[in-house]
This record gives sequence, C-alpha cells and structure tokens, in this order.
Amino acid sequence: MKVTQLTVFLENRSGRLAEVAGLLGREGINIRGFSTTEAAEYGIVRLIVTDPVRARDLLHAAGFTTHFSQVICVRVPDEPGGLAKVLGELAATGASIDYLYSISFQNICFAVRDIDRAIELLKDKVALLTDEEVRAL
Amino acid sequence: MSSRRSSPGEGDAGGARLTGTAREQHLAPDAAGGLLWQPADETLPTARLGALQMERLRETLRNAYEHIPFYRKKLDELGIKPEDVDCHGDVADLPFTTKVDLRDHYPFGMFARPREEIVRVHASSGTTGNPTTVGYTRDDVDMWGDLIARTLAAGGVKPGDLLQNAYGYGLFTGGLGLHFGAERLGCTVVPISGGNTERQLKIMRDFGATALSCTPSYAMYLAEAARDRGLRPEDLPIRVGFHGAEPWTNELRLQVEAGLGIDALDIYGLSEMGGPGVAFECLCKGGMHVNEDHYLVEIVDPETLQPLPEGEVGELVFTTLTRQAQPLIRYRTRDLCSLTSDPCPCGRTSARMSKPIGRSDDMLIIRGVNVFPSQIEEVLMSIPEIEPHYQIVVDRKGYLDVIEVWVEVGEGIFAETMGDLERFQRKVQAQIYNVLNIQVAVKLKEPKAIQRSEGKAVRVIDRRPASILGR
Repeated sequence: MKVTQLTVFLENRSGRLAEVAGLLGREGINIRGFSTTEAAEYGIVRLIVTDPVRARDLLHAAGFTTHFSQVICVRVPDEPGGLAKVLGELAATGASIDYLYSISFQNICFAVRDIDRAIELLKDKVALLTDEEVRAL
Repeated sequence: MSSRRSSPGEGDAGGARLTGTAREQHLAPDAAGGLLWQPADETLPTARLGALQMERLRETLRNAYEHIPFYRKKLDELGIKPEDVDCHGDVADLPFTTKVDLRDHYPFGMFARPREEIVRVHASSGTTGNPTTVGYTRDDVDMWGDLIARTLAAGGVKPGDLLQNAYGYGLFTGGLGLHFGAERLGCTVVPISGGNTERQLKIMRDFGATALSCTPSYAMYLAEAARDRGLRPEDLPIRVGFHGAEPWTNELRLQVEAGLGIDALDIYGLSEMGGPGVAFECLCKGGMHVNEDHYLVEIVDPETLQPLPEGEVGELVFTTLTRQAQPLIRYRTRDLCSLTSDPCPCGRTSARMSKPIGRSDDMLIIRGVNVFPSQIEEVLMSIPEIEPHYQIVVDRKGYLDVIEVWVEVGEGIFAETMGDLERFQRKVQAQIYNVLNIQVAVKLKEPKAIQRSEGKAVRVIDRRPASILGR
C-alpha cells in the first residue's frame, strides 16, 4: 500500500520547477501528482510519477538533489463530505500528517510518521490505493 | 592616584619627564579643543621621541630575548644582540612576528613573565583553532589605561564626564580597555556593554551620558533608533563618541555626528598590542595619533616586507616599547594604511595613521569581531553531510554587517520535510556561533549553484559597499 514519492530540492528561482517538469515530460515520464512547499529561498517539490527510478536518475544527471520516500494514497469519494470522511478517519488514527496533497482528481496522498500503523488503521475505513493502482489512475 | 592634578590650563610639566606610566598627571588643553592627559609625553620633540624609542626598543628586545625562547632563537639566528640596536635604520633588520607565531605558542608561550605575574589575559580569534592570547602585568594595565585616558581626553572628555561604554565586555579588549581608561581619567563609567538598544537610549538620557564608546556601526544603529523614537540629537546629552574595532568611513562619521549630535572619533588598536588605544584621533579628525612613546610604528610592503617611505600605503607593523608581559617585535597587523608625520594643529607630535583601507590577508571584521574564513570552513568541514563547496557572502543590511554561509544541498543533507532542512540550517548556525560568536545565516543552495573556479576557490564574496574601507 506504500507509494513511492520522489522529492526534489529546488532553490526558489523562477523556471526551476518548469525545468523539472519539462525534463520528465521529454523523457515520457508522466507526473501523476505533485506539490510544492512555500519557502523564501528554497523549497521541496514532491512528485508522484509513472517511473520514479528513471525520473530520479534523469534528475540526478541534470544536477538535482532528490530523495525517495514512502507515502499513503487514498481514494476520496466523489461526493459532498467525501474528503471530510477520509480526513476524519485519518484524525481518528492519531497519526500526525507531515504534509498532504491531491493527486489526479479524486485521490490524495499524504505522509505520516508511522506509515505501517496508519495503513493498518485505515485499510478498512478508506479506499487505499496500491502503488500499481496509483500508477494506473 | 591621589597625587593627580587635573586642572586644565595648568600646562606641561616642562617635557622633562619621559615616563609614560607616570602616576602624576597634568591634564592640559590641546590646540584643537581637546585635552592632553600626559602633556609632556604627548608633545615630545621629535628628536627626543626618537631617542626614547631606541632606549625602550633595546629594553623590549632584552626582555624578549631573555624571557621568550621564540625571540631568543630568532635573534640568535640573525646574530642580533639587543644592545646593538641603536638607530631606527637597525629596526629593518629585526625579525617580524605574525599571528601564526602567537597561535603556535598558545596559550602563554609568548609571555615574558611567569603566569603568576600576569594580572589579566584577553584573547581574540586566531586564524584557525586556538585564539590569540594577550597578557598584562599590573604596569601593562596601567599603561593601557593611560593610553585610553589620552584617547578620551583628546575628545575633550575630562574627570567628571559620564562614559556609556557600549563595547562588548569579556575576552574582547574593547569593553574592559575603555572601562579602565575612563576610570583612570576620572570618569563615571557605565559598563552597559553592547546590545539592548532600548535600554541604551533610556540610560543615555536618564544618566546623562556625555560620552559614548562603541563600534561605529552600533553608533549609527543607535542614531537611527533614536530618530525612530522621535528623539532629536539635542535630546541626547552625549558630546563625543569613540568608535573603533572595525573600519569606517568619514561619510559614516558625518552621519553618526549628525544623528547623535556629537564629535565622532576613531580609535585604533588590536589585542596583540594590548587592545584599543594604540592610536586615536584628536578633534582635528585628520588621522589617528600613534602613541609612539609606547609603540614603534612602520609601514612595509606586504609582499617584499621592505619599509615604505612615509605617505605610501602598506602594511602596518608595530613593535611594543613598554609592554612587560608580552613584548612583540615587528608585529604584522595585516591592516593596510599610510602614515604622516606632518605636524597636527592639535600640538601632539606623534605620527598619524590613516584609517585602514583594507587587509593584506583574508580576515573579515564583522560587527567588530575578527573572522577568518578558515574558521568558518573548519566548522563546516566538521559536519559530515556538508559538501566541500561553500561560499561566505558578506553584506551590509542598513549599517550592520551580515554573513551568509552558502551550502550546497547534497543527498546527505536533503530529507523529507522542510522542518528537517530548517533544523539542519539551525544546527550549522549554532555551531558557527559556538566557535566564532557571530550570527550567520546559512543558505541552502542546489548542487553546483556555487561557482567552481579554476584555481583557488573563491570562498568569500564581500558585497559591502567599497566605501566602508576607504574615504
């Protein structure tokens, strides 16, 4: 149920994010979801891509610093209160969310400190997605 | 001190005494609106001054030769006997002393007295690792006090004035140096130390401070803070300020003077020579009078080390003439400036040095603190995650110097969350603060963002306006 996320360190310079997206696009790697942090001088871009290992290698070759991490992805019911239900279940686990962002239209992804415990607690309450399912969205 | 007479106008005792550490003082007016603390010593005819210097130089050499193995070896190697030195021309044959020599003999190896006879030790940052220590006998402390008393008196400060001493207290020589000198002169001293601007302005007015001592950048900061609080220069009782420990321009002087409504005077010194008071400005503000009866001054070419003619810019070199605990021969200050012996209207006969216009090494002076890039490098290299590429960027925000340390983010540093990166920045900042006692801002950069150079890496980018160093 863990999904591989690729994280990239970026200085806050205009066009830097476009460079990352352009590089992956030219190589046929599809970005299924991404988020950026806000910081005055630098930031972190988090990416869910179709081929994380090749994306990492490409970015390395282009001089970027990257990092792999594991996150949880959840399908959110496409109805009023859908997100509230998922977040409510998440809160009930007591897990503290480091960050959360949405991928595609109906799916969100987030990272917690104890991913295994969170998955265990969530698996019957919300529609968790496998890595394969996420790539196939 | 009970025998000290302090009635201005009483005049010189006749110039007969040559004792710089005389207990009997005769405060007298100079011709520039200031005062002479030791009128005879400060206005010695040039020929007499020269003879006195040679006599004291031989004594210094004897002291160094007999008590400091480092100097005995150096002088023996050169075949120089202290008593052989009898004219200024002979000085060029004497060996130089550098900060590295002091560091190599850390902590007390360059002292000419047993540690038990040392009444005080100060220290300043060294190029790497060990600090540079400075020892004083009781007479050294008294002599230092006299030099600061001369400095303050030259600005018109007299017994009964109240000095707000906003130099930092501690191992740094600025705080205690000004403190003892002002007490020796007979002032009321407020040892407020640096920082806490709100309290500085309150005490200045509540206590009625008539003189201020602090770095020039802090003086400007105080002036701006006063203005921001709606205080006019005439609301502040200070008449005169003594500002050294970092380079500043005449332009900044005019701003400090207008902002605080004072005469702002420059004061020069370095811990190796005992601290501030090596040279000072009179109210003519035309260069700093070197206390030549206590320090032999030279300007040499920093490359060839040959003495340069008067007026040319070169490296400032000092030999102590009266320090007992730590005589230093031809100490290379690394400060670049020029000398003039043109008579000064104030009546002092000493040579004057220009404001230093730069350094012959890579030392940075940040808010009065000496910082060597190698010290920052040492800290950075002790942190395994840091890549061997970094850059130190010095800039000026308002009137205060700021240091940025640029570090490239490699796999070792990069982690999942912004919190991790921010913790890393704080960790590096804290380690640099622990070693150097200065606040830096660590900036995280992408790999290769720091320019590689073909030859020697450019480690320091100084973006401060060039005018700070010159006129």
